[in-house]
Amino acid sequence: MTDTPTGQQDTAVGGPAQPVAGLTGRRRPGEAVFRGVATGAGILILLILMLVAGFLVFQGSPALFADPAKLASQGYGEFAAWVLPYAFGTVWAAVLALALAVPVAIGIALFISHYAPRRLAQPLGYVIDLLAAVPSVVFGLWGSLVLAPAVFPLYKWLNENMGWFPLFSGRYSGTGRTILTAAIVLATMVLPIVTSLCREVFLQAPRLHEEAALALGATRWEMIKMAVLPFARPGIIAAVMLGLGRALGETMAVTMVLSGTRNITFLLLTSENPNTIAATIAQNFPEASGLKTSQLIAAGLVLFLITLVVNMIARWIVARRAEYSGAN
Amino acid sequence: MSKRIETTDLNVYYGSFRAVEDVTITIEPRTVTAFIGPSGCGKSTFLRTLNRMHEVIPGARVEGEVLLDGENLYGNGVDPVRVRRQVGMVFQRPNPFPTMSIRENVLAGITLNFSRMPKSEQDDLVERSLRNANLWEEVKNRLSLPGSGLSGGQQQRLCIARAIAMAPDVLLMDEPCSALDPISTLAIEDLIGELKENYTIVIVTHNMQQAARVSDVTAFFNIAGTGSPGRLIESGPTDKIFSAPDVRATEDYISGRFG
Repeated sequence: MTDTPTGQQDTAVGGPAQPVAGLTGRRRPGEAVFRGVATGAGILILLILMLVAGFLVFQGSPALFADPAKLASQGYGEFAAWVLPYAFGTVWAAVLALALAVPVAIGIALFISHYAPRRLAQPLGYVIDLLAAVPSVVFGLWGSLVLAPAVFPLYKWLNENMGWFPLFSGRYSGTGRTILTAAIVLATMVLPIVTSLCREVFLQAPRLHEEAALALGATRWEMIKMAVLPFARPGIIAAVMLGLGRALGETMAVTMVLSGTRNITFLLLTSENPNTIAATIAQNFPEASGLKTSQLIAAGLVLFLITLVVNMIARWIVARRAEYSGAN
Repeated sequence: MSKRIETTDLNVYYGSFRAVEDVTITIEPRTVTAFIGPSGCGKSTFLRTLNRMHEVIPGARVEGEVLLDGENLYGNGVDPVRVRRQVGMVFQRPNPFPTMSIRENVLAGITLNFSRMPKSEQDDLVERSLRNANLWEEVKNRLSLPGSGLSGGQQQRLCIARAIAMAPDVLLMDEPCSALDPISTLAIEDLIGELKENYTIVIVTHNMQQAARVSDVTAFFNIAGTGSPGRLIESGPTDKIFSAPDVRATEDYISGRFG
């Protein structure tokens, strides 16, 4: 290479004839467009949320701030006292549903992601996803026509033999259409979404850490406890929150299964069941007018706030141990 | 504590593809044995058969035997979980458990096996393992902080501490320094030199200077071409392999003519 003529080297190594532009320059258009679209989408969702909240506050305010005397004259009590049993029923039904659904969902997701042979795992995943596509009115029909009569003997047995357990005490319902039945229907509806999300998170558990656990002599279950579940914890919480959101807001299935009343009770098997906010709105809205409409919309606002608080708690749980999360 | 490994005519498959063919080798206790060879020659695959980690990949299987002091790791009724408790492994990329503290990481294997260990014994074990891994002085004041907060080299030494806390008979290392900077690499190499007093060490490395520096015995693996299985070309004392190998291909590889 030492004998290369200098002339040749000039053309080969020399820079372009025009000096390149400096370090300043226009921003690339693609960048600006993408930034605009992403920012716009972000603002849009905030806007929608604000509009929904605004609608609930303005339309509900007559019931919230009306003169108690006027309310009483029309046959309404104080709003807080009126809505409390429904708020309780909403949270209680959702909590029961999650208590039933989450362990099963995590089990199914782990089976699909870590135990099942691939030939079985994929069809199973599809079936679960299909379950999510069933309309809630179908679940409602199934709950009231099939499930309630089917579980009735079980409820009777539980009540007669395990009535010492507070939740199973009281006088058992003759129809099987109790808050527990509603919770089972809700659990079935929540199951696919929680399962799908958990499965995705479990599949993303780093191979690196799974192998580290196995190489230490962990069994499959120990490996899952060491490397998969801790990594998946924020994802599981997110999945549960989405499931909870669905359970809190579910209307049709509860309306069709439950003939709820306005009371606060933890009893699972009696015919005196608390109703949920969403079901109450659905049941009463068609005939409501004036102050009653406001009252129902204000109940919707309460549901909105419950969901908000639940999500904030979830965020807090996830953030609390952020430095230990799988992310770093 | 330190055991001899012998394999005879070991074949390793991924499904129907034969990745490693007819490896017969004896790995002596209290020595460092290095596996070298070009990428894809099956040295890591072969290493992973020595603690039955190979079979965690779906479709992977092994034919032949691996004897650990005469006991066949692939014999009937042998539990791979028990094998892995005796044959420790350190991976290419440092992989401390991110959700555990430094202390919990060191104890990770122990809490699996003898779940009840008095706290004082645990403290001793943590200190001893971290000292043996040359990490104690750097982390003794932050044992309860997450292991993922350490530097790459420190994380890798934490993984070594985690492996030796189990008091294994053999320590397998799959390119333990390939993700580390030269200073961390040096620290790990010094550590390997100390650990061989007590353990049978097998290390896979792409770095031939490293093989020459740390190992007593070197085994050279090669493939005839893509799609053909990897084979053990020759093994012998590191001095000899690097100065006067028997096989031409070894000399070509070591002198940098290919690979």
